[in-house]
Amino acid sequence: MTDAIFTPDHFRAEREGDWARLESLLNRVEKGSARKLSEVELVELPRLYRAALSALSIARATSLDADLIGYLEQLSTRAYFLLYSAREPWGRSVLRFFARDWPAAVRGLVPELLLSVFLFFAAAAAGYALILADPGWFDAIVPPGVANGRNPQAGVQFLRGTLYDAPREGGLEIFATALFTHNAQISILVFALGFAFGVPTMLLLASNGALLGAFYAVYIPKGLGWGLTGWLSIHGTTEITAIILSAAAGFHIGRAVAFPGERSRLAAAKAAGERAALVMIGVVVMLLIAGLLEGFGRQLVRTDDGRFAIAATMLALWTSYFAFGGRRRGAR
Amino acid sequence: MARVKVGLGRRLVTPEGVALDLRLASAGTRAGAFIVDALLMLGILLGVTLALLAFHASFGGSLGNVMIVLWLLGFFLLRNFYFILGESGGRAATLGKRVMKLRVVARDGGRLTGGAIVARNLMREIEVFLPLTFLAVAGSRGMADQWVAALGLSWTALFLFFPLFNRDRLRAGDLIAGTWVIETGRRRIGADLMRGATEHRIEFGPHELAIYGQYELQRLEEVLRRGEASAMAAVADTIRAKLNRYDVPGDEVFLDAYYRALRRHLERRLLFGVRKRDKFDTA
Repeated sequence: MTDAIFTPDHFRAEREGDWARLESLLNRVEKGSARKLSEVELVELPRLYRAALSALSIARATSLDADLIGYLEQLSTRAYFLLYSAREPWGRSVLRFFARDWPAAVRGLVPELLLSVFLFFAAAAAGYALILADPGWFDAIVPPGVANGRNPQAGVQFLRGTLYDAPREGGLEIFATALFTHNAQISILVFALGFAFGVPTMLLLASNGALLGAFYAVYIPKGLGWGLTGWLSIHGTTEITAIILSAAAGFHIGRAVAFPGERSRLAAAKAAGERAALVMIGVVVMLLIAGLLEGFGRQLVRTDDGRFAIAATMLALWTSYFAFGGRRRGAR
Repeated sequence: MARVKVGLGRRLVTPEGVALDLRLASAGTRAGAFIVDALLMLGILLGVTLALLAFHASFGGSLGNVMIVLWLLGFFLLRNFYFILGESGGRAATLGKRVMKLRVVARDGGRLTGGAIVARNLMREIEVFLPLTFLAVAGSRGMADQWVAALGLSWTALFLFFPLFNRDRLRAGDLIAGTWVIETGRRRIGADLMRGATEHRIEFGPHELAIYGQYELQRLEEVLRRGEASAMAAVADTIRAKLNRYDVPGDEVFLDAYYRALRRHLERRLLFGVRKRDKFDTA
């Protein structure tokens, strides 16, 4: 027997070509041209990856060439993440999001949803009761910029005008866009603040609810409660649902971080974070729709009946979508 | 050593059963990548604003509303989706991370889902934008508001500096998304030091090869690859003194020959299952 049956020189010379080939394939895929790989190359990629991995194992056990081992290490790592961490194509993941993931994620938040609904409407009731008892509270709850003159001292004619008057000339598209971006930003903030164990989320949600109650306390004594409901609900059934969903998503991560249960804190946070993020993508979509309804729909449909019809339709759509959307036949 | 290692190295076992050594990005590199991204976002914002203004002027101001709508939407998309889009690509890295040679991966080594990317980036709202808001308030309003803002700022600093408080360098966003950020520096394969002719026949006896182990061999490899004359001279002197051999005058020739002989010797023993880690190892 000669001593040249297995030496690291042979080891490297035999495989170097494969490694270079793998590297060039990786470069091409990372430049975003995975589709351009031919069928042969697609089959080749995992084979070359496994060859590099086994070469790494052999080199670790038999070679003392630190440079070679380091090179194989990073090549295998790169190939690993490219093969195992690849994402779905955009089209398919968008489709799956609306068909299954979004409603399923919302159904995973039921306890938090109940808490959010309760908090929001309890705060609304509290705001309403406070201002009826002492109108001085109004300025504390509603910032002057938001009130725009709609305070307890305002006259009936003025208030009626704010509900039914034709919009001033033009600018609806700016109004709708500004509403959408502002609301979406707030809802993302509400969600992110959930990380602080949900406490700031509760405060934000309650202050929003109190705002709603405060306006009712202005309009109801003037006999305009029904009209205000129409004016609010045409977009509110979508927008308030979205805000409640974003708060529920925030509570969901806050709860997982504070009370992870039987899993580790990191595992619980991860599971909650992913579900909550899916809900949040949906919330942005809902707020886009709400922005359009508020910016255009409300200004163009100025009768109570029309507004209620749209509001009820949207509410029915959302609740049935979240309740039944994406359930598989036979499953739960 | 029974102590837990607290460095940035992490081990990932692939489904094929091979352990890969990952290296987490340090807080400094992460901050560097973020600064690059932030400057880029600022640049895009400025560029788009100027372009819209130029358009506006060239249409004689008739499309003002459309411009404002475009700007509002563009600002919103940039603020919330710049990072998400960047990390959704094949390299799972924004431009800043690419510059710093980083990428986002799932902590369990599995698929990086869209939900995880969205989750980790929406949290920037409290990590970056909320502190900025408090900072702006502190700079502009009266005394009472400044105190509130200072309190708010120190509260949000907790989220901003979150990566410094855990050994995995996780942001709040990484924590809830189940991700972490690793280094992906690429390296070229170096020259094969064992290949090529050895015209000089320099023999080393068994006692001369028994002095050093793997650690010293790999330091010698580094010196040879770097090829600095002064370093080689110093190393050659040390080895000559240890071996008590002064018959080969050239430093590089001597070191090259000794490297080949030592590596062949140690690798042969490795095949028999004996690994001599360093010169103190008596295996």
